[in-house]
Amino acid sequence: MEHRAALEDLLVRMADDALIYGHRNSEWTGLAPILEEDIAFSSIAQDKIGHALALYTLLHQLGHPKPDHMAFMRQEHQYRCCHLVELPTQDYAVALMRHALFDYAERVRYEALRESAYKPLAELANKVRGEIKYHVFHANTWLRLLGSEGTDESRARMQAALDLLMPYALGMFEPSPYDDELWRSGIFPGENAIRSRWLDDIVPVLESSGYRVPSIEALEPTVGGRRGYHTEHFQPLLDEMTIVFRLDPDAEW
Amino acid sequence: MSRDVTLQSLDPRVTRLAIPTEQEPFVGVPEGSHLQTFEVFHQAKSGARHIHVGSIHAPNAEMAMVFAKEQYARRSQCVNLWVVKTSEVIAFSPDDADLFATTPEKDYRDASGYKVMQKILAWKQRIQQEQSQQQQSE
Repeated sequence: MEHRAALEDLLVRMADDALIYGHRNSEWTGLAPILEEDIAFSSIAQDKIGHALALYTLLHQLGHPKPDHMAFMRQEHQYRCCHLVELPTQDYAVALMRHALFDYAERVRYEALRESAYKPLAELANKVRGEIKYHVFHANTWLRLLGSEGTDESRARMQAALDLLMPYALGMFEPSPYDDELWRSGIFPGENAIRSRWLDDIVPVLESSGYRVPSIEALEPTVGGRRGYHTEHFQPLLDEMTIVFRLDPDAEW
Repeated sequence: MSRDVTLQSLDPRVTRLAIPTEQEPFVGVPEGSHLQTFEVFHQAKSGARHIHVGSIHAPNAEMAMVFAKEQYARRSQCVNLWVVKTSEVIAFSPDDADLFATTPEKDYRDASGYKVMQKILAWKQRIQQEQSQQQQSE
């Protein structure tokens, strides 16, 4: 198969982002501010883990290990998630701001993939479209409620979260050595294209929701995740996430 | 209830949050600080009626839509939801239940009381008989 390495790299990056982001969000299950929000945020986390499963399944069809083994049995340096999704969140404002930054990028990414020359990925992009639309709707509603419609405290906490997370968010678009090949083969437009479409979407939304967007050019994106270099928070996350599966990897669930 | 209840969780997520182990005395929720409620109506397929399925707490109408979607359209087929502020529903007072008290006795208002089908069958039979008599006489 042509462009196999490029395609696999793309699938692993997307799957690992979805898995780790879903896992981090699931940490709020039972702890989110109100019951209704707990259910909504947990459900979004579950959707993301579903997206990870779908992507790992495509990789399995290309000869990679089974999805559960991709998710739970690799070493830290074999994961290709960005640093944004690894960060622990002790403040719900940080969880919500990351949700907005990440899901706007997911929307751009999957929207582009609907046209992908790799048909299984185009089919998946069409399938998850409604879910991602809801994730963005959820994020938007909170952005406004705690921003332009919020209190001084809510705005300040969300703004602090945005200032903290923006360099990490830019790290989502860490260039890949395969970007050019993916673009030429019609599989994926490449990280630079996704980044500029994301900025076109997210900056006006943040501004109209009452936030100051940090100067993008002045920021140093937090990169390395796509090459297997992770934050100090990642190994403890993996230890916790994989502990049960690793007790007996061959168990029937 | 005892005041010296301590919370000690085995959940690593909870321990990370550094929740104080000493529980503060319960102070109650100030009047008016609860979120308002919305009533949710679920439509299973296009053209079907919206059916009331329950209520939710939400700070505004948009968030009510966000919450209603996951709360009531997560496990069964759905094409649309309505949310309506509970305070805007116009209802009878529970004291007025006596308005409806004699309804069960008025069974003559029950559509199942009509024996329409029997009349139709009798009429069809009569027509058939008349037709066959006509044919015989011709």
